[in-house]
Amino acid sequence: MSNKTKPNNSLLNDAGTRALIFQLLLLSVVVFVGYFLFTNLQNNLDNRGISTGFAFFNEPAGFPILIHLIEYTDSGTYGRAFAVALINTFVISLLGIALATVIGVVIGLARLSNNWLVARLATVYVETLRNLPLLLQMFFWYFAVLAALPAPANSYEFADFLLNKRGIYSPNPIFQDGFGVVVVGFILSIVAAVALIVWAKKRQTKTGLWFPAYWSSLGLIVAITFLALVISGFPIEFDLPEKSRFNISGGMVLPPEFVAVLIALSTYTGAFIAEIVRAGILSVNWGQTEAARSLGLRDSLTQRLIVLPQALRVIIPPLTSQYLNLAKNSSLGAAIAYPELVSVVMGTTLNQTGQAIETIGLCMLVYGSLSLTISMFMNWYNKKMSLIER
Amino acid sequence: MAIEFKPSPSLPPPVNSVGALAWLRQNLLSSPLNVFLTLFSLYVLYLLVPPIIEWGVINATFSGDTKAACTGGGACWAFIGVYFEQFMYGLYPSEETWRINLSLILLVLLVGAFAIKTINKLYLSLAIILVYPVVAYFLFAGGVFGLTVVETSLWGGLFLTTLLGVVGIVASFPLGVLLALGRRSDMPVAKSVCVVFIETIRAVPLITILFMASVMIPLFLPDGMNFNKLMRVLIGITLFSAAYMAEVIRGGLQAIPKGQYEAADAMGLTYWQSMILVILPQALKLVIPGIVNTFIGLFKDTTLVYIVGMFDLLGRIQAANHDANWLGTTVEGYAFAGFVYWIICFGMSRYSMAIERKLETGHKRN
Repeated sequence: MSNKTKPNNSLLNDAGTRALIFQLLLLSVVVFVGYFLFTNLQNNLDNRGISTGFAFFNEPAGFPILIHLIEYTDSGTYGRAFAVALINTFVISLLGIALATVIGVVIGLARLSNNWLVARLATVYVETLRNLPLLLQMFFWYFAVLAALPAPANSYEFADFLLNKRGIYSPNPIFQDGFGVVVVGFILSIVAAVALIVWAKKRQTKTGLWFPAYWSSLGLIVAITFLALVISGFPIEFDLPEKSRFNISGGMVLPPEFVAVLIALSTYTGAFIAEIVRAGILSVNWGQTEAARSLGLRDSLTQRLIVLPQALRVIIPPLTSQYLNLAKNSSLGAAIAYPELVSVVMGTTLNQTGQAIETIGLCMLVYGSLSLTISMFMNWYNKKMSLIER
Repeated sequence: MAIEFKPSPSLPPPVNSVGALAWLRQNLLSSPLNVFLTLFSLYVLYLLVPPIIEWGVINATFSGDTKAACTGGGACWAFIGVYFEQFMYGLYPSEETWRINLSLILLVLLVGAFAIKTINKLYLSLAIILVYPVVAYFLFAGGVFGLTVVETSLWGGLFLTTLLGVVGIVASFPLGVLLALGRRSDMPVAKSVCVVFIETIRAVPLITILFMASVMIPLFLPDGMNFNKLMRVLIGITLFSAAYMAEVIRGGLQAIPKGQYEAADAMGLTYWQSMILVILPQALKLVIPGIVNTFIGLFKDTTLVYIVGMFDLLGRIQAANHDANWLGTTVEGYAFAGFVYWIICFGMSRYSMAIERKLETGHKRN
């Protein structure tokens, strides 16, 4: 009788072999499922007489799109309709991101305020909006608030702005000849401002003398642009919206679909961003603030130079995913007929042409690349802001 | 003769450092900016609260069968009363709604049985996860034991919302765990399959997935093989939230120190043993807030099924808003929907905080 237990050298007990077998199995399942779906797809498309490909992009679409920033008529092609929808999605996402950031920062700071009432109100805002479905909020703004506004004849008026059922009407700026002077002046002023900031920073590192660079550069931009306006004789006119009996003529209009989607997206995402901002600022150790104070920094400088840079490191990664969510959530605009990608391409185009694979695939591709772009930009920014360890 | 030391009685604190007055000074009026903010907030409250109370309570009509009953000029809650059954059960036949109620009671009883100490928790969990869904399905759909068949197209209202939410949550959790483990695995094929799946799903909005489920899946299946729409949408929602769940759980797996993995290996545990007994219990506990947030997100996202033509709670309210006999009750409908969703989502988030506190097992810094 030997004490030696026989080593179990069966191939099946070898971790490497088992991993290999498992992976081969997984791979064959994936390939088989892929093949199964693909052949079914081909059969089904043949049976239904649907031809694949993007040839339909050159055919006339024949449906109107309410909001278009580039020229689009009812006789435009599907390709043109796609471009219009793409621009609408980008516009609503970018504006929404900007607005949501402002709302989020304001509410987030308000929750940290030492004013009891302000902090409570901000908490109520966050807890209400975060816990309600976005679609419900969009419906609320569109069907309950904006649809309840008065008819054009009884519009609310603020200065030259009109507010009614059909949207927000604002003066439309019309640029005259010679506006180029103003543009050149504006660009020059920005160059001058940047130069001033660079000079002030250099001087401060060299001599320690401080110069109010940000305020003076702001003044520089305003002054130079204004000067250019005066020299060229105010080459800008406004086309004011006019009320007639049943309609409004002139001006620029923001349709209710656009307004509803923008408000819903930015207030909803703003509530999430507020929590991120609050958590980020709370994550900075109180000792940092105390240290800054003992160095004799003013409160505003403490916030700007000590707390904020450290908080941003915590804030940026989750903020990125909120921006991505906002861009993806803009697709809910389809439910209230804001003509963005999903409603134009996956809604109308799909219904009219039956090209399910192409339209849905295209939408997924666009959202995929939009997500990728935003996350790449934010990763770059995050790297720039992150702690440089020595 | 010793002189006795008699301390004089201490003075009361200054009037303005205790009591309500001091609280006001500290919290509302500490600086000019704060005074302004307080006044501004009070103004906002004044603009919002009295009109809402006046509309929703004082001038509101609470009962009635037609729009004509609403004469107060305020909210017309009678609308909710008339449509209540539709909001709860959709178009499910009224004489059959006891089946939904019964399965709900059954679920509450089963979950409540966890409180009884003598019951074997493993068997109970198995009963809830494996037996209950089958029973509930046959109760809902009918077709056995003389129950009349109810088509899934009639399912709707809060019932459908809850069904989508609960099935999505229960099914996406194990799938998410598997995906997260796969993504952290050493096997290149398993890893890349999981990464591609997770990243593709996370890059696109839920609507595209739902459209895919309702329009594209039939194109991918052989003739004669087809699920009904509810099933397809359920699959879409589950896959969608599993991808998000996987990322949350991966965060937890990464937070477990390497020593735990090594210790489990050193004990001679197999991969699955070490995951189930050592790693996952710790990792999942760490990410409870994230998991619950995903659940809340999933529950809110179930409203999107309205876009692909299913009538959940929000969908039924939209439909009721178009009733020509009840025009102008839009706000009431949304207020009711908002109330229901808010209670459920807020409740979930508070419940997760309670679990977090309960599972807190020390290692608390400071």
